[in-house]
Amino acid sequence: MIYKVISKPEFRRFIDALVKANNSFGPRLADRTADGKPVYRFMPVSSVDEIDFDYTATASSAKHFFLPFSEELSRFRFHGSDWEQHSAYEADPVVLIGLRACDISALNILDDVLLNGNYPSPYYLAKRKNTFVIGLDHLPLPDCFCKSLAHHTVSTGFNLFCSDIGEKYYLSINSSKAFTYLKEFQTEDPSYEDNCLLTERRKLISDSFKTEIDVTSLPSILDIEFDSPVWEKWGSKCLNCGTCAMVCPTCYCYSLEERFDIDLKGASRNRKLYSCNLVDFAVVAGGHNFRPKNGDRLKYRYYHQHRGFAENDNQQICVGCNRCGRACLADINPKDVINDLRMEKDSCMICVSQSPGRI
Amino acid sequence: MHDMRFTIPRQDMNREAFASSVPDFNRKSEIMKTDTGYKCRITNIISLTEQEKLFQLRIADPQERRIFRFKPGQFLMLELPGYGDVPISISSASSNHEFIELCIRKAGHVTSALFRTEPGMHVAIRGPFGSSFPMDEMTGHHVLLVAGGLGIAPLRAPLFWINEHRDRFRDVHLLYGAKEPSQLLFSYQFEEWKTISHIRLHTIVEHSGAEWKGSTGMITELFRDITIDAKNTYAIVCGPPVMFKFVCSHLDRFGIPMNRMFVSLERRMHCGMGKCCRCMVGSTFTCIDGPVFDYWSVMNLKEAI
Repeated sequence: MIYKVISKPEFRRFIDALVKANNSFGPRLADRTADGKPVYRFMPVSSVDEIDFDYTATASSAKHFFLPFSEELSRFRFHGSDWEQHSAYEADPVVLIGLRACDISALNILDDVLLNGNYPSPYYLAKRKNTFVIGLDHLPLPDCFCKSLAHHTVSTGFNLFCSDIGEKYYLSINSSKAFTYLKEFQTEDPSYEDNCLLTERRKLISDSFKTEIDVTSLPSILDIEFDSPVWEKWGSKCLNCGTCAMVCPTCYCYSLEERFDIDLKGASRNRKLYSCNLVDFAVVAGGHNFRPKNGDRLKYRYYHQHRGFAENDNQQICVGCNRCGRACLADINPKDVINDLRMEKDSCMICVSQSPGRI
Repeated sequence: MHDMRFTIPRQDMNREAFASSVPDFNRKSEIMKTDTGYKCRITNIISLTEQEKLFQLRIADPQERRIFRFKPGQFLMLELPGYGDVPISISSASSNHEFIELCIRKAGHVTSALFRTEPGMHVAIRGPFGSSFPMDEMTGHHVLLVAGGLGIAPLRAPLFWINEHRDRFRDVHLLYGAKEPSQLLFSYQFEEWKTISHIRLHTIVEHSGAEWKGSTGMITELFRDITIDAKNTYAIVCGPPVMFKFVCSHLDRFGIPMNRMFVSLERRMHCGMGKCCRCMVGSTFTCIDGPVFDYWSVMNLKEAI
């Protein structure tokens, strides 16, 4: 990693050059909610002026550049009773600007699952290698809890990370590509003051978190509370819409579908992102549903997010961005569910009495 | 306006590039499993009952045929282009490198389409995936195989193994239950198993007709007829999920240690590689940690049976 500082006008010139020469995506105001809150999205940008550098958080995550909602994996061509299969791992280079630290952490977790384990995914690797990631730090929203999961800073998985230190950006350069492009622009080695400003900035970010989740020994609590009424309580609220998994930066579960072409001369094999909250997630041929109740399915999402599965060495895959909580139509919030599980609310769920005060 | 200096160069991803740049991708078979299958010709289809057929497949490419090796208990993803892929347990001998046999019940979208295929058509297989029965560990012990209905299909691979290495095992019991006498699969092999391989075969059906001479009832009733040397017995149980609970608790009462009872679970699967998460049970995947689990792990996994 090489550290440099760049003045803000020069930084804009750099981004502008990059954006104009490449297929680029950056955060832009897409819409407003009914109560007037801005909704941001990663959208195509053609000049630096279109990018909202001080956006809060995008509604959907940057995952979809690597794991699209629907993706054709391979094609079949039929000749008589025989067929041929073709698959290509191609991806056009993309520049992603303005990812938050937790978004980049999420990509690192996806790397762990999809590249570093058994059976690495060539489709994901093609996209990951052809993406130039520029990170941008930010002050957390009131409901972010990345700090509880130690994802409020990131040290790998990006090409360039920019920290706002007032008049300048403090750049962490993590790839030779980024370093080569920056040679054309006026950058300086960070001075003592710049380093102090960076430390201050990091401290400010770290102190700005208002939401906290206690994740100590959460995997074991999830195991112990497997039959807890908490799941039924929150499950009865769940609408089984799957929105949480769609906006989640680390949810990668999918479904495979094959379709015949309309001329019947070929077929395609498609991957669609799926959600474990959808009713037919565990339905087997013959109609048996291994997880028939809302609560069962919701529980498995929390299991995956906060306990992790074998593919990820039983590590938590939640990064704490709280996109699922914001997007949920039934107001199911990870913070509330986990606090309920830990029985840290005012009253205990099971006996409906006051829980003993903590010493 | 268009400045070439800042254009991100494109990194092409093809199979050769993987092999050279990323060490994980060196094994050709591992790449194949992720998306492209081995192309197979259907060489024979045997109708066992109205609902079950035995498909015999042969991998078309001789090189790929040499790569494909499996252990008893493993499964593969069978793909019918245009319809989808389904997880199917392999029910042929692991020493048979020429043909693969799959016993398939007509149950869903893909298997219904598969029942309309004819010998000579081509399908694709990915795999083999998952864990296997520890046949080497069982050496020198008694073996108790318990199958219910279609559960005989995954049991055929260990059965073939036992038949081939019969001198390594002591008493071998096969308890096999089905709904009706006509639904006992592979009945044409019963005599061969009994006389040539000296396997003690006990069959039972739930609803018997007039011509049925064997016993009638649930599979657990067969335990009354046999004596088990619990300390030296390994058990393999395959069948519908309901059966596991009853059979395993019976075996537990006999005193067979939990880590010597093996079950083969089934779940919905889309990838077979632990990526689609459809088959998660507790905190593990049926496709990479299973489908063969010992009873101790199954007891510890939530909602496994």
